[in-house]
Amino acid sequence: MAEEKKSLIKKIRSAGPMRKLMAAYFTELNEAATTGSGKIAWCTSVGPAELLRSFGFLVYFPENHGAVLGSSRLAADLIPAANAIGYSPDICSYLTSDVGSFLNKNTPLTRAFGMETVPKADILVFNTNQCRDVKDWFQFYEREWNVPCVGIDTMRGIGDITSEHLVGLIGQHKALIPILEKVSGQKFDIDRLREVVESSYKCTKGWKNVLRIAEKKPSPITFFDATIHMGPAVVLRGDDRAVQYYDTLVAELEERVTSGEGAVDGEQHRFYWEGMPVWGKLREHAEFFAGKKSCVVASTYCNSWIFEGLGAEDPFEGMARAYTELFIVRSESFKEKYLEGMVRDYDISGIIYHDAKTCPNNSNNRYGLPLRFTEKSGVPHVVINGDLNDLRLYSEEQAKTQFEALMEQIND
Amino acid sequence: MSEGKKPTSQDLLYCGVDIGASATKLVLVDASKNVRAMIVRPSGVDYKATAEESLADALLESGNSGKVARTVSTGYGRHNVKFADDSLTEIHCHGVGCYHYIPRSISIVDIGGQDNKVIRLDDKGHRLDFKMNRKCAAGTGAFIEEMALRLGVEIDEMDPLARRTDKMVRLSSFCTVFAKTEILAHLRKGVNVAEIVRGAFMSVIHRVVEMDPLAGDVVLTGGVVAHNPIIADIFSQKIGRPVEVPPHPQFTGAMGAALIALQQSTNN
Repeated sequence: MAEEKKSLIKKIRSAGPMRKLMAAYFTELNEAATTGSGKIAWCTSVGPAELLRSFGFLVYFPENHGAVLGSSRLAADLIPAANAIGYSPDICSYLTSDVGSFLNKNTPLTRAFGMETVPKADILVFNTNQCRDVKDWFQFYEREWNVPCVGIDTMRGIGDITSEHLVGLIGQHKALIPILEKVSGQKFDIDRLREVVESSYKCTKGWKNVLRIAEKKPSPITFFDATIHMGPAVVLRGDDRAVQYYDTLVAELEERVTSGEGAVDGEQHRFYWEGMPVWGKLREHAEFFAGKKSCVVASTYCNSWIFEGLGAEDPFEGMARAYTELFIVRSESFKEKYLEGMVRDYDISGIIYHDAKTCPNNSNNRYGLPLRFTEKSGVPHVVINGDLNDLRLYSEEQAKTQFEALMEQIND
Repeated sequence: MSEGKKPTSQDLLYCGVDIGASATKLVLVDASKNVRAMIVRPSGVDYKATAEESLADALLESGNSGKVARTVSTGYGRHNVKFADDSLTEIHCHGVGCYHYIPRSISIVDIGGQDNKVIRLDDKGHRLDFKMNRKCAAGTGAFIEEMALRLGVEIDEMDPLARRTDKMVRLSSFCTVFAKTEILAHLRKGVNVAEIVRGAFMSVIHRVVEMDPLAGDVVLTGGVVAHNPIIADIFSQKIGRPVEVPPHPQFTGAMGAALIALQQSTNN
């Protein structure tokens, strides 16, 4: 029998506390869903989670479930079930994986947390800042469960954010209050909302500290580590346990910096990952880059859970601003400037653009940006074709050849 | 194959082996960059064995005129070559191989069995950038093979057939299966097979010119061009200027790998 190759991925100790925290989160959701002890709101990943928590909802994020379906590689088995009822293989593979999971009554949450199924929603609340697909996704469950589906429709391609943008978005947030009061059975409490937003803001600052520590050379954390450790920032923002978790993680990473220990031994190249992870290949990618003494130090994806706008005095303006400042809803010229800052701050040697077939909004190679940016900055790039969840759309050999060719070009 | 001084059994040889998706190419050069042997054979399913057999054949072809001092492997199967001292991507090796023959700023278009690449080099031979096709048969040798199969034509009959006409049908589909359906429609209308074959070659070219503006001098390489040299003529018509084909266009990756082996050996 062939000897198993030794992993080059360095373990982060804080992964233990993080797993416990995530288990607690899912256990609470499961208890509420199975006993009726609490109301559950489904929320898109960058939806108005703070507002929902202020009403006492336990908040569940199906995009997180999508990522788990991808990383567990169940997605390819589940997507066809959604395709068969008319959801195209060309639309979001988070959506099709999740709907397929629901139809097949098969979720990795069973094995991980003992949950028979995903927690049934009392209300579905979206923000289309990610894409239109999240709304269509939630509307599937609206029809299945006959529960209300409401949300925020965010504009796209925004350059500078103006007061006109904010006024409209604040209005949309406030318009949710009556239905949230009705479903939760609680009156809106502005002081409670302030507390939650403040906690969420602290979480954002902690998460930003985690990501910014990768500016150090060698970086104590990789993009692949960060996609795992962002869990609390995604599902528990507005909950003080997430704030505490990032204090723990930052302390560990600072230890690495002090001792000069990089996440990748002998770090030679520093890459930026633009676009979604290929969830089912996360481990392979982490091993591959480590084997090439290359560290993917930063990404648009992980930075998309930094919500500095939440620091605004008015919590509604904070939410409106934070959820509209995102890279994904901004103009091409904003994106170029953003990348300029990232390349400078992290001393990036090359950029990897992931063209995710079923996720056009997170595939920023499609309007000429890579060529424009390389011409302007001199930073070489490569575009790999793949997908966030649907591995049928990914060629391992092509991707690895392109990663290696980019490294050779930098060495040349 | 050899040029220059008479080879001796004491000569050190440098080996480049390109394990492509369809074919394996192996080149032996000596210290003066003279080619001593060139071997091509189907990659098959056992890349390790194919590489070893190719080397044995190459040594025979060279008249056992030297011993291999260093080997660089490339291509999809590059990590399966047990006797290789180093492995590099075919993107890098094609660049080096082409620049050896055409030492100036060029845009290389390599059309392989299952993928194609555009590689831009500056006037010093340094790579400026590269692109690969999307993971699809369109624009690759696999497309030509599928079309030949559908038309009931042997692969090596495609080039002479296409030369019989200046006319061609337009195959517009990105999808190989849809293109085969398009062919059915043309056959039903009684279109001459030669025009369909020429159209199939143009379809490959369309997929390539969609990848890159192809600035400057264009160089075509790869097995598809080696076996169907008419593609260079049609390509030239398409872009409105001449294109170049280096000697042994199927071997540029292996040649580049052999030259890198020599260079590495010199540096060591």
